Amino acid sequence: MAKELWKGNEAIAEAAIKAGCRYFFGYPITPQNEIPEYMSLRLPQEGGVFLQAESEVAAINMVYGGAGSGARVMTSSSSPGISLKAEGISYIAGAELPCVIVNIVRGGPGLGGIQPAQSDYYQATKGGGHGDYRLIVIAPSSVQEAVDLTQEAFDMADQYRIPVMIMGDGMIGQMMEPVEFKPVAKRVLPEKTWATTGTGGKRKPNVINSLFIDPQECENHNIKLFKKYDEITANETRVENYNVEGAEIVFVAYGTTARIVKNAINTLAKEGIKAGMIRPITLWPFPTAAVEAAADQASVKAFLTVEMSMGQMIDDVKIAANGKKPVHFYGRTGGMIPTPAAIVEHAKKVLGGAK
Amino acid sequence: MTHEIIMAGFGGQGVMAMGKILAEAALKEGKNVSWLPSYGPEMRGGTANCNVIVSDEPVGAPVVSEATAALILNRPSLDKFEGDVIPGGVLIINSSLIDQKASRDDIKVYYVPANDIANELGNGRIANMVMLGAYLEASGAAKQDTIMEIITEIFSGKKASVIPVNKEALVRGAACIK
Amino acid sequence: MAVVFDKTKGLTDKPFHYCPGCTHGIIHRLVAEVLEELDLVDNAIGVAPVGCAVFCYDYFNCDMHEAAHGRAPAVASGVKRVHPDKTVFTYQGDGDLASIGAAEIIHSAMRGEKFTTIFVNNAIYGMTGGQMAPTTLVGQKATTAPLGRDENHAGMPLRVSEMLATIPKAVFVERVSVHDVKHINQAKKAIKKAFQTQMEGKGFSIVEVLSTCPTNWGKTPVESLKWLQENMMPYFPLGNFRTPEEEK
Repeated sequence: MAKELWKGNEAIAEAAIKAGCRYFFGYPITPQNEIPEYMSLRLPQEGGVFLQAESEVAAINMVYGGAGSGARVMTSSSSPGISLKAEGISYIAGAELPCVIVNIVRGGPGLGGIQPAQSDYYQATKGGGHGDYRLIVIAPSSVQEAVDLTQEAFDMADQYRIPVMIMGDGMIGQMMEPVEFKPVAKRVLPEKTWATTGTGGKRKPNVINSLFIDPQECENHNIKLFKKYDEITANETRVENYNVEGAEIVFVAYGTTARIVKNAINTLAKEGIKAGMIRPITLWPFPTAAVEAAADQASVKAFLTVEMSMGQMIDDVKIAANGKKPVHFYGRTGGMIPTPAAIVEHAKKVLGGAK
Repeated sequence: MTHEIIMAGFGGQGVMAMGKILAEAALKEGKNVSWLPSYGPEMRGGTANCNVIVSDEPVGAPVVSEATAALILNRPSLDKFEGDVIPGGVLIINSSLIDQKASRDDIKVYYVPANDIANELGNGRIANMVMLGAYLEASGAAKQDTIMEIITEIFSGKKASVIPVNKEALVRGAACIK
Repeated sequence: MAVVFDKTKGLTDKPFHYCPGCTHGIIHRLVAEVLEELDLVDNAIGVAPVGCAVFCYDYFNCDMHEAAHGRAPAVASGVKRVHPDKTVFTYQGDGDLASIGAAEIIHSAMRGEKFTTIFVNNAIYGMTGGQMAPTTLVGQKATTAPLGRDENHAGMPLRVSEMLATIPKAVFVERVSVHDVKHINQAKKAIKKAFQTQMEGKGFSIVEVLSTCPTNWGKTPVESLKWLQENMMPYFPLGNFRTPEEEK
């Protein structure tokens, strides 16, 4: 198939449909509106259902109902809306239901702004809702990657019975890039024997639930969840290493910021400075091993984390670097986008200081 | 070769469409492309802009901070984006609506009376195509024929009658580049 | 030995946890009997609330979801959209439905979601310990209204059935009580009619059931039944507010 120019938000929606998603529950918020708009037209054509909920709170609970009923379900929102969905996400994680949640991140806190940001990293990877739980968090850096990973996200969700978050930003959502829709590698997926489909008189009732009133049972449930999280960490951690070998300075950046950093790396190379980048593709599980390996690499003098936030992922980079090499930060936030030139300048400052 | 273009004007001047058509055409010619719009309330009546990148290499940052060219359709956009053009870059100013001259002397500046030409052609809405025609001539970012192929795809069926005037607009724009 | 009375197949064998004199048990049985009589037990998917009835997922003998506080109608909307051929119901109390979940119930009714809601109104938050509900009567004492509900401070109790009856796609709306045998029988009829309305695909259906809370009201079970009649029924009048026949 020839490549076609697709807007990120619409491409994500079409990818979901191609992955077999037939139910979408959402609520309008900028800059992700093209996703529900696209779904409202396309899903009925595929025999599916699009429903505009009365709030993000209702939308995520419709997802809970749909996912518990055994369907492939998606919702999308942007930062303030994800905060409202946090309650439902915690329940979905607790009840171990598969679904895909898209967050096209904008500036915060509060109403913040509507321009691209990455300041929901903590919310996505450290909880957001209450309780000990994790989501698989995927951060595509191009529209093509968003399409590929959205399709795979539904399989991941079904395989592990876990909500998967696609975390983009306003740039990924709004930009157009060439896209090719390719089939994803087939996974062996378990049957949804737990889903509520009516007993048909043939089995005991299925209960979709996250309540464990006995503390020992509740602890056991958490232990079970974390066994699963360990398995996901072992199997699903994704990272791109770019020119890390022989690098003096290693950037850590994800999503669209990683693309800006690549420009900076190329500029630094022209000036004779060897720079590389670790680009986490999964934010959870975080590619700790890649950072550890770079920290042990003799050529590496320092890490420089670049984010569209005041510095959130840097915590995970520091934990992984474990004091072996200094970890620096450069960021813009609130919808401001770092420029390659500013990143280059900061990298030079870091190297100057490291010498 | 990498073209990094800023296109800017009032909402409704066809800035977004012009960028998309260029990106589609360059993609058709086998280039790597990206199109990034400004979005939000500023689209309603205020200044709208988009960033287009056309490159032989994979596209890095989709945000254009060092533009090889800027296509400026209104006065506020000139003030906002003139400084983003790299030395030796191209600045095309819609002189029908902008009476101000460029302040830089290290870039190539072209004044194109895009709205006047569009009105002469009997379709005030195609000033954007006049600007695009001028830019293609100045940069070679895509072929005029490929642009026409894309325009023909867009205006198929009932709207096909507007295809010839778009072609004329591109040609008249190109003629402004000397 | 001849069986003279059998428990409905709509309920599991799990013993109820409800307080003595609480009418949740009666209402559970009515819903379960209706499911059985309409041959819907194997086809039903229920949604449990947060509140005293939180464990009803262990009592109803069908597939169940446990929802977050107030969100049962949204969850049920998701379930029903995926399984339009199944019988879907929510079972909710007044804190859950009329307070934190007011938006969800109104908009599910507005969309005409084809599920049935059993709304148990006992004018108090039971499980959390007797706090004021949106349905608490003026002057009625609650742990967060120790001097009694003051209408100038906390407003007037919400009449949910009357409100929902203004919504075109809420096609079956009835308020019943379970304080005596006669009313229990009437309640069952209404619940059956609500489920039939759903199965006929006519729209949203709800039965509001006036219920007691002897524990948090600080009354004996018998006093509670009397208090319900004398205080709740005047403000929350029984009756049918909407039936599908009206639509014709």
